[in-house]
Amino acid sequence: MSRSSIRFWIGAALFLTAVVLMTQLIRNEYPFFAGYVILQFIVLAVAWSILGGYAGYVNFGTSAFFGVGVYTAVFLFKATGAPLAVQIAAAAIVGALLGFAVGLVTLRMQGIYFSIATIAMTIIIETTVTNWRYVGGAAGIQLQRPPVMPPFDTYVQMLFFVQALLVVLTVAIARYMQISWMGRGLQALKDDELAAECTGVPTLRLKVTACVISGALMCAAGAPAAMYLQYAEPSSAFNLNYSVSVLAMSLIGGTAHWIGPVLGAILLGTTQQLLTVSISSEVNVLVLGVMLVLFVVVAPEGIIGLIRKAGRKRAGDRA
Amino acid sequence: MDLLLDAVVLGTLLGCFYAAVSLGLSVSFGLLDVPHVAHPAFLVLASYGVFFLNDRFDIDPLLAGLLITPLLFLFGLVAYRLYYETFEKRGSDAGVRGIAFFFGIAFIIEVLIILQFGVDQRSVTASYIGKAWRIGDMRIPIRLLVAFAVAAAMTILLSLYLSRTFMGRAIRAVAQDQEALRLMGANPVWIKQWAFGIATAVLGTAGALLIIVAPVDPILDRAYIGRTFCVVVMAGLGSMTGTLLAAIILGVAETIVLTLFGASWAPAISFAMLLGVLAVRPQGLFGRRS
Repeated sequence: MSRSSIRFWIGAALFLTAVVLMTQLIRNEYPFFAGYVILQFIVLAVAWSILGGYAGYVNFGTSAFFGVGVYTAVFLFKATGAPLAVQIAAAAIVGALLGFAVGLVTLRMQGIYFSIATIAMTIIIETTVTNWRYVGGAAGIQLQRPPVMPPFDTYVQMLFFVQALLVVLTVAIARYMQISWMGRGLQALKDDELAAECTGVPTLRLKVTACVISGALMCAAGAPAAMYLQYAEPSSAFNLNYSVSVLAMSLIGGTAHWIGPVLGAILLGTTQQLLTVSISSEVNVLVLGVMLVLFVVVAPEGIIGLIRKAGRKRAGDRA
Repeated sequence: MDLLLDAVVLGTLLGCFYAAVSLGLSVSFGLLDVPHVAHPAFLVLASYGVFFLNDRFDIDPLLAGLLITPLLFLFGLVAYRLYYETFEKRGSDAGVRGIAFFFGIAFIIEVLIILQFGVDQRSVTASYIGKAWRIGDMRIPIRLLVAFAVAAAMTILLSLYLSRTFMGRAIRAVAQDQEALRLMGANPVWIKQWAFGIATAVLGTAGALLIIVAPVDPILDRAYIGRTFCVVVMAGLGSMTGTLLAAIILGVAETIVLTLFGASWAPAISFAMLLGVLAVRPQGLFGRRS
């Protein structure tokens, strides 16, 4: 294992320890409620950037994957009363299959066509779920949480811990994708797909792989949301706001490195939590949109780009 | 059988209306290759402009649409300039961020509308709204007929503009070969900016039709992403008559599904058709590119 890998896993272990300690020490429920959402967005943003950042395919279908994750959990819970871990695993499998299907249909399209096709997929799946009576249809469905497992006191604390596990898993996968040959291949096809294909990069296979992994992780991130809200409804589970939030977080953080979407999700997620509590959820979306546009126009490489530029400048000053 | 005939007639009228709301995109995306995801948001914004004039000063919606047209034209000029300076001029990687840019703009417009007008549905009042015209058993709402007539006029005027006037031909030329136009001594950026202005200006009337045909709400643009892009892509990018035909196909398909399966399936039709066209025949049914 290289030195940076050791550092990464030590960091991950410290993060999880801190999460477990939090659940044991903090009695107030609110930090977990808010923290869960932020962790969820970290998973979504990092998973999004596997396809959107490394390969440069702007996926607007985050809400489709998220919603499918939610409804996989709802269906399993209603049909069999499956425990949370099974719900999440099943959602990941469904997400991988969906990612595979989406990849085959849409990845031959480029640029805006791919993006529009992913929006189309979102609405089609949403409409199908809306017309699916068993999982509640348009009216939605109420869910009763099962009893919580020790060592956690409340269900939300457990969900918080589970989502933290997903964060570590997602970041580890994204990091592996980035530093392995796959990351370099995706980078190459992002720059010039034809040239990459000509030099022997298996572009279609790489794109489909990225789409499968990204889809599985997004669905997995959505699965616990059913139990978190104890309620699921198509128009909120498939809300395009997820797509925009995740897009904004990734682009604001910067997509060249896995830390970018993590930073973006923490920054925007925290801002959103504060704004939703203190002002209103509309202003919250407004801030999101304005920040997205601002960053895209002024700082195209995101926060990472800004940091790197500052670093280079300092290095230049020294020399 | 009667039901089917009804569906075809109503669908054709509805389709002409869809053509009217898609014409602008047919220019901005079809001819200029701008990834204008915010087009439906601009459309809804125009509808709220019409609503404001109608509600406050009791101006007829179609007239209100014409009144805000110059404003929209200027708005379009500014929007394209901003897009050009930040993306097209810089060149590389404009695709990803260009789309994100317009998506962000669309969301900002949505929220501003919510903050100003609230989330409720809004509608306009005019003498021809709410009445219907009977032919035998068939009942055709006058508002759809109005939309049909205006949409047909718009399509004809816009295609005449593009084929007969100097500026119109320049717009089609810039779509075909920007470099050649530059060599002829014309400024392609200015022509594209003008074209984008036109594409936004026609939203005045289109927005009026939108709120005449049915009440609008701030997030209505999401449904129209599917409809407008479906029409433009199916038409083959940039063809005005193709836009009309494609819109009629969409209108008839939506109405038939609506009659047979119920309204809850309606939102998916345009998106499913769009996905189908993109997967099978990306150059569109009446396409200019092969």
